[in-house]
Amino acid sequence: MRAGPIGMDFSYYLIQILNGVQYGFLLFLVASGLTLIFGIMGIINLAHGSFYMVGAYLAYWLTGVTGNLFYAILLGVPISVVLGLLIERFGITFLYKRDHLYQVLFTYGLILVFNEMRSVLWGNDVHGVPVPDLLSGAIPLTETQSYPVYRLFISLVCVALAACLYLVIQRTRLGMTIRAGASNREMVQSLGIDISRLFAVVFGLGAALAAFAGMIAAPVSSVYPGMGEHVLIISFVVVVIGGVGSIKGAFIGAMLIGLTHTFGAVFVPQAASMAVYAVMALVLLWRPQGLFGKA
Amino acid sequence: MNDKTLLNVKSTRRQVLGGAAVAAGVAAAGTFVPTRFAIGAQANVKIGFLLPYSGTYAALGHNITDAFKMRVAELGNKLAGRGVEYVMLDSEAAPPKAKDNTARLILKDKCDVLVGPVHSGVAMAMAQVARDEGTLTIVANAGADNITREMCAPNIFRSSFSNWQSTYPCGSVMLKDGIKDAVTITWNYPAGKQMMQGFKDSFLPGGGKIVKEILIDFPSVEFQAHLTEIAALKPGAVFTFFAGGGALKFINDYAAAGLQGKIPLYGAGFLTDGVYQKAGAAANGIKTTLHYSDALDTPKNRAFRQNFESNAKRPADVYAVQGYDAAEMLRVGLEATKGDLGAQDKVVAAIEKATIESPRGNFTISKAHNPVQDIYLREIVNGEEKVLGVAHKALADPATGCKMA
Repeated sequence: MRAGPIGMDFSYYLIQILNGVQYGFLLFLVASGLTLIFGIMGIINLAHGSFYMVGAYLAYWLTGVTGNLFYAILLGVPISVVLGLLIERFGITFLYKRDHLYQVLFTYGLILVFNEMRSVLWGNDVHGVPVPDLLSGAIPLTETQSYPVYRLFISLVCVALAACLYLVIQRTRLGMTIRAGASNREMVQSLGIDISRLFAVVFGLGAALAAFAGMIAAPVSSVYPGMGEHVLIISFVVVVIGGVGSIKGAFIGAMLIGLTHTFGAVFVPQAASMAVYAVMALVLLWRPQGLFGKA
Repeated sequence: MNDKTLLNVKSTRRQVLGGAAVAAGVAAAGTFVPTRFAIGAQANVKIGFLLPYSGTYAALGHNITDAFKMRVAELGNKLAGRGVEYVMLDSEAAPPKAKDNTARLILKDKCDVLVGPVHSGVAMAMAQVARDEGTLTIVANAGADNITREMCAPNIFRSSFSNWQSTYPCGSVMLKDGIKDAVTITWNYPAGKQMMQGFKDSFLPGGGKIVKEILIDFPSVEFQAHLTEIAALKPGAVFTFFAGGGALKFINDYAAAGLQGKIPLYGAGFLTDGVYQKAGAAANGIKTTLHYSDALDTPKNRAFRQNFESNAKRPADVYAVQGYDAAEMLRVGLEATKGDLGAQDKVVAAIEKATIESPRGNFTISKAHNPVQDIYLREIVNGEEKVLGVAHKALADPATGCKMA
């Protein structure tokens, strides 16, 4: 019996680092979409968390229908891309030239619409999504604690996705235009690139990333009303720390927040959330534009 | 227990449901000759529900309302001969709106009786206004200890429980199970802390030791770091309270971290109520204490559950029981004065003296106006809730600070 975390052994801290990194990966999935939309399109999308929630509920619903989370994700991702594209085409499009306040109002309204739709379609209950049989095992770490294989799987998927995003943005033509659009929209337009199509792609991609995060997280996070708003706030923190529009920043920011939250919970459990905001404040004092933001 | 954030704001809606009730009341007035206040008694009893009909707690609000109405319907849609009229106001589980909403039900809608709410913050504000206005109020869920402690008032009753009450018996249960030390983990907010206090009040004097008290920011559901800590501390058991999505996630995470079966998990009944069905095997072995169990095998409970399910088309739960009993308490009070709410002291005295026949088992009302009730020990066995027995017979809240007790 040990009195507290101070006297805990080395393996204890290793497991906590694992916990923090794993939480960071999940945050990155949501925050990457948010930073893309925010940084490239200049849209403050408060409804981003709603896509996360929609993803989780889609996973719950489609897993029930198809019997397997993987099929649910295969069906759910296209649905959320279409949803994102529709919202971009029939809503966001009209707001590009408007003030941020209009965007905030519109996307805030979307939160209410999404919540009500969720209530109508799926009710207000909490739900669990079963972990696929293939990944339901656990790896024993200590005599009392084991680590669920599914959590490791989430981390692997996130690493793969982060690598894909990096390659797409750094190495492809699409990525080049996205980066160009982020730094100088008028110039891209004047070079004859269809900026509206580019924006639609980015918004669809961002929505899909958030929804995918909701789907893949559903078995470990449970599915419940209000889950979107929760994740939205912490994602904004990640985006602001990393620098608006920077995928790399979102990744580093997510890791920082994941680890801060975990070790905050270990050392100052009552103030774990506050620790996250303290880190944000420190980073912003040091670099007001975020770690990888453009000054 | 509030998962809503400041982003989740909705418009207030008010529904006056009473066309049929008004007609029935007018018809009844012809045959009923009141002994006192002839004019007053001809009117319907107007009952104002201040309950969440939207958001996270909507299901709870609807179950309380429907079960209340079901009890009144069983009585021929009358209370002590008077027709009944309902005003349903969405509390939105929002404490900042609770004062205005309560005042509105009392002053604008002229409600005779208030029933509500689910959220303890709403209940505190509501109790304050109701105490000042003197309106008879029955709290049908909110468990904040204060309502029947320092805030107690002659016109305020509770048909549910106090937070302390729901967990106090669990400390003794764990000691009897041979557990000597425990880690407690809950959200850092009043309900969580009051429930932990109830547990400690029996566990510590009985010789139990608390290894660590973990309080998590509400409503965070990131438990992983704490589970790693629990695994390292290896306590004899874990005692917890979470509700709703947080409860489901905690149960799942606890099992996924490999702690299930190694370190026994105990908690307040709300940990598993409405949750264990979704957690599947992860909930097996969890023992909780509460003033009700869906699985109570008594004729009264079986009949109640059957009626509720055939009326509402969904299964009854502890919230429905509390709504049903609120109506029963009101019936007892009103019948003592033949429907005259003006003689409030007599109504109050009648409820204080009554034995309420409830699906949870019979209970009485303490001087502080909280139920004196049996607390059951329940366990999830093979995905089903089993009642292991009564953990504490006729338990009364200590009512510390209540001037009436």
